Amino acid sequence: MDRIRQEQVAALEAHAKHMRITALKIANRCGGNAHLGGGLSVMEAMAALYGAVMNDQSLPYEQRDKFILSKGHGVLGLYAALAEFGVMDEALLDTFMQDGSDLIAHPVMKPEIGLEASSGSLGQGISMAVGLALAAKKKGYSYRTYVLCGNGEANEGSVWEACMSAVNFRLDNFTLFLDNNRMQSDGMSGDVMDISGKYTGMLEALGFQVVEIDGNDMAQVLEAFETPREAGKPLAIVGNTVKGKGVSFMENNNDWHHNRLTDAQLAAALSELEAEA
Amino acid sequence: MMEITKAKARLWSRLGARAVFGQAILETAKERNDFYVLSADLGQSSGLGRFKGEFPDRFVNCGIAEQNMIGVAAGLAKDGTNVFATSFSPFVTMRACEQVRMNMGYMQLNIKTVGLGSGLVMAQLGNSHYGLEDGSVMRAIPGMTVVSPADGAQIVKTVEALCDFRGPAYLRLTGGPGLPVVYEEDFDFRIGKAIPLREGKDAAVIAAGTMVYYAKKAAEILAEKGLDVSVIDMHTIKPLDTGAVDAQLGKKLIVTVEEASVVGGLGSAVAEYLAPKKGKPPQLILGIRDCFPHAGSYAYLLEQCRLTAEQIAEDILRAAES
Repeated sequence: MDRIRQEQVAALEAHAKHMRITALKIANRCGGNAHLGGGLSVMEAMAALYGAVMNDQSLPYEQRDKFILSKGHGVLGLYAALAEFGVMDEALLDTFMQDGSDLIAHPVMKPEIGLEASSGSLGQGISMAVGLALAAKKKGYSYRTYVLCGNGEANEGSVWEACMSAVNFRLDNFTLFLDNNRMQSDGMSGDVMDISGKYTGMLEALGFQVVEIDGNDMAQVLEAFETPREAGKPLAIVGNTVKGKGVSFMENNNDWHHNRLTDAQLAAALSELEAEA
Repeated sequence: MMEITKAKARLWSRLGARAVFGQAILETAKERNDFYVLSADLGQSSGLGRFKGEFPDRFVNCGIAEQNMIGVAAGLAKDGTNVFATSFSPFVTMRACEQVRMNMGYMQLNIKTVGLGSGLVMAQLGNSHYGLEDGSVMRAIPGMTVVSPADGAQIVKTVEALCDFRGPAYLRLTGGPGLPVVYEEDFDFRIGKAIPLREGKDAAVIAAGTMVYYAKKAAEILAEKGLDVSVIDMHTIKPLDTGAVDAQLGKKLIVTVEEASVVGGLGSAVAEYLAPKKGKPPQLILGIRDCFPHAGSYAYLLEQCRLTAEQIAEDILRAAES
């Protein structure tokens, strides 16, 4: 890596760390359960998207790159990114999960604060992303479309309907990031409904351009999003990640799929993150 | 705008609901280019063959993947563009129900789902293809509009109206070739505004879709037997034209007739509206009685479900006399 690139990666890593701190703080402050595991695993992808890959989010609709959080419960990653990069007023974060808030456990569509779509029912967001990318092709809009889904979410057949159509519609303006943190609500995906290790093969067989990476390695994430595109092919990034990444007692621990973070646990988590060199 | 004439009405009757829908889309597409039409491998069967051929950029085939079709429609509709997402009625409303719920109900995107071959017209294709619950399920989703046109002319009017209508809607198409004619000349059509067809003093018959014609025929039979009934075309099941129902509160009996399940459709909508009112007339709900009918020809099915004009008249007379 040359020095300029190293600096760029380091800056994004610093953003991702700050986003993790934000996520932990708002999860603790809300006083209830939050999807910590699955929010922490996507921080590198979210930092890369909003910090480097996507264009200015205040551009008009036809130009503004679009992001769909199909893995709707990954909101800690999305809200943290939107605040981190100035798309959403960070004061809104204080309202997370409070009565009347715009910010709840799954996104509620409000493009003015960067929430492109409502989600939460898994397996639906990729289809909308396909439609967005198709609209751009048909209407000559310049925006690119990005969508993030989960490995558990990929149990849903509708995910594969969407992928089949992305290829058929020749959407080279479309990128799917599959956050493979290897777990889902009931435990290890290998134990629940095992398609582990098959995502890359399935996506390639359908006709995607696919890169498989360590999804928590910022340099690899950035490079993956910058993959030179083959004409007429959608891109899929299979990012192997760690659920709960960044906090030792949460990593690969499915107790943190959806749970409450006490003050003591918050303090322990923050001291780990803030102590990082 | 397509002109409504006697000759056109006869042509549309011969063509049937699906072909008329296709023609309405085609003619409208010649005048405006602000909508897309999607299909789930049923373009030919939906009367969209010519539209596909003449406007290939505006037609998207999603293959046999209805859930994805609705999501794709959502992405296309996100900038406000109108999108018609079409398939046979159970597939577009129930296979893709959650996508309809989220993209149309919750996100209020500008999508019009079109349920072709609703009711019993799919005949020997059997219950897998019938539209029994489709209107009920769509009605249950907050923020949806549900329209069930009575005949060819009204299908044309509804398509034109939906091209201007901003927001999610379900268009329920009943009837096939030999589609009976209710409207032979131009008429005022507005989504949400019922059309009174006949005024009578004894009872009110509120119908939608193909049953509007049979309700009118039943009214003629009843007139001969001394029962004088109003007939109202309640094409928009949601939102219900409650004013049109209010106008009938003085009758001895209110009847609803639909080529759909009696659970959750037009009859239920009227009953829900009447429920809190004191001193309201009793209501007879006619339709498919919460069952899967035995498959056969369309005529066989209508008879089995007591939805012929004669049977409708019999049931109304019995209820009026009891």
